[in-house]
Amino acid sequence: MVAIVDYGVGNLFSLCSSFGAIGHDAIITGDPDLIRNADRILLPGVGAFSDAIAKLHESGLVPVLMDEVSRGKPLLGICLGMQLLFEKSYEYGEYEGLGLIPGEIRPISDVISTELKIPHIGWNALHFSSKRSEIFKYLNEADYVYFVHSYYAAACDDFVTATTEYSAELTASVQNKNVYGCQFHPEKSGEVGLKILRAFCELEGTLC
Amino acid sequence: MITKRIIPCLDVKDGRVVKGKNFLGLNDVSSPVELAKFYNECGADELVFYDITASAEGRALFTDILKEVASTIFIPLTVGGGINSLDDFDRVLKCGADKVSVNSGAIRNPALIGEAAKRYGDQCVVLSADIKRVDGSFRLFAKGGRVDTGLDGIEWIRRCVENGAGEVVVNSIDTDGVKNGFDLEMLEAVCKVVSVPVIASGGAGCSKHFTELFNALPNVDAGLAASIFHYRELQITDLKRELKENGIPVRI
Repeated sequence: MVAIVDYGVGNLFSLCSSFGAIGHDAIITGDPDLIRNADRILLPGVGAFSDAIAKLHESGLVPVLMDEVSRGKPLLGICLGMQLLFEKSYEYGEYEGLGLIPGEIRPISDVISTELKIPHIGWNALHFSSKRSEIFKYLNEADYVYFVHSYYAAACDDFVTATTEYSAELTASVQNKNVYGCQFHPEKSGEVGLKILRAFCELEGTLC
Repeated sequence: MITKRIIPCLDVKDGRVVKGKNFLGLNDVSSPVELAKFYNECGADELVFYDITASAEGRALFTDILKEVASTIFIPLTVGGGINSLDDFDRVLKCGADKVSVNSGAIRNPALIGEAAKRYGDQCVVLSADIKRVDGSFRLFAKGGRVDTGLDGIEWIRRCVENGAGEVVVNSIDTDGVKNGFDLEMLEAVCKVVSVPVIASGGAGCSKHFTELFNALPNVDAGLAASIFHYRELQITDLKRELKENGIPVRI
């Protein structure tokens, strides 16, 4: 069972159906017990960082997530949910994140050419780092996934598992032990996305 | 590199797809769910559903269909038609839409775009504008292209983007249904004033028109079409192969 963390941010319908499509149970929940009992956790998110991190703290779920992660439970953050995993974000100010992955969230305008559009919206190719994450075990180099974002994860080179090219190399995915993050939307990335979610559901985890 | 998107558009009325005749050669030609699956499998990058139902009962039917479509396909889904309020945004987003397309609703209530962008984010709000040449200028039309608003279409788009529209669908009434190519002149005028993704609509008759579009206007992000895809005059897989051969980046 995957617990999709419901903290009042984002549209969780497609995410939930994606797990259904790969034959894996998922539940949208803000209940600490259900999150503790799930064998993996998915942290979604759309919108602005400050708003999302505030809501996550208000939900009271942060200690639960931190506990479960430290016990070795696999957690996957998607889009803004991935950004929340970092130490801090510079989206409209400076905000602290969960600090589960070293690094920070910066505007893509810092690194891309000025003539390119922001947000980076659409299908772009994944380029895997030498240490390919297990969640990409069913993928091929340059498979396409769907992105919608204006900020990206920076200063996290050691944890980057894939990048995408938008005049600059942008972080597409990260991993720190049992904590995984995708900047793109696997639930909107067709078959390729479902393969990622399937691989996530097959992770063993190292619960202790 | 980000790819150019190819987007089929389906008109749905009372829960069924309109223009069902000869549609794709499928058995149940008017099932939105079957058609969505078909397009999903043949490489569409995104789907647009326009609800052209007038009645409340029909709308309820549409939301059921939408849920079914959204739980079957895993590519971005834009929904438009009858979007006049934040409640309408809410209704379709809860059923699994990723983006909401606003047209006449924004003309009636220009504050709608800003309010929706604030609540759901710019990326969620798509402005759809029907534009036609009148006395040498680009004029904005409302109500499915039937009513001349007297407003300048390009200025209208610029304002809506400033207010928070995250993407723009430019539908040229002049080229719509003519199948003689996209309205490059109109699209160029739009690209000059906005920096959000621009989706070209109206006029696609063959694959060459898409190549022409993306070559002439590198700032156009996507091409949208209905009948040529529906009637299989052009298969999306073939179109993408041809675009790729012409050096245009597409997802294959």
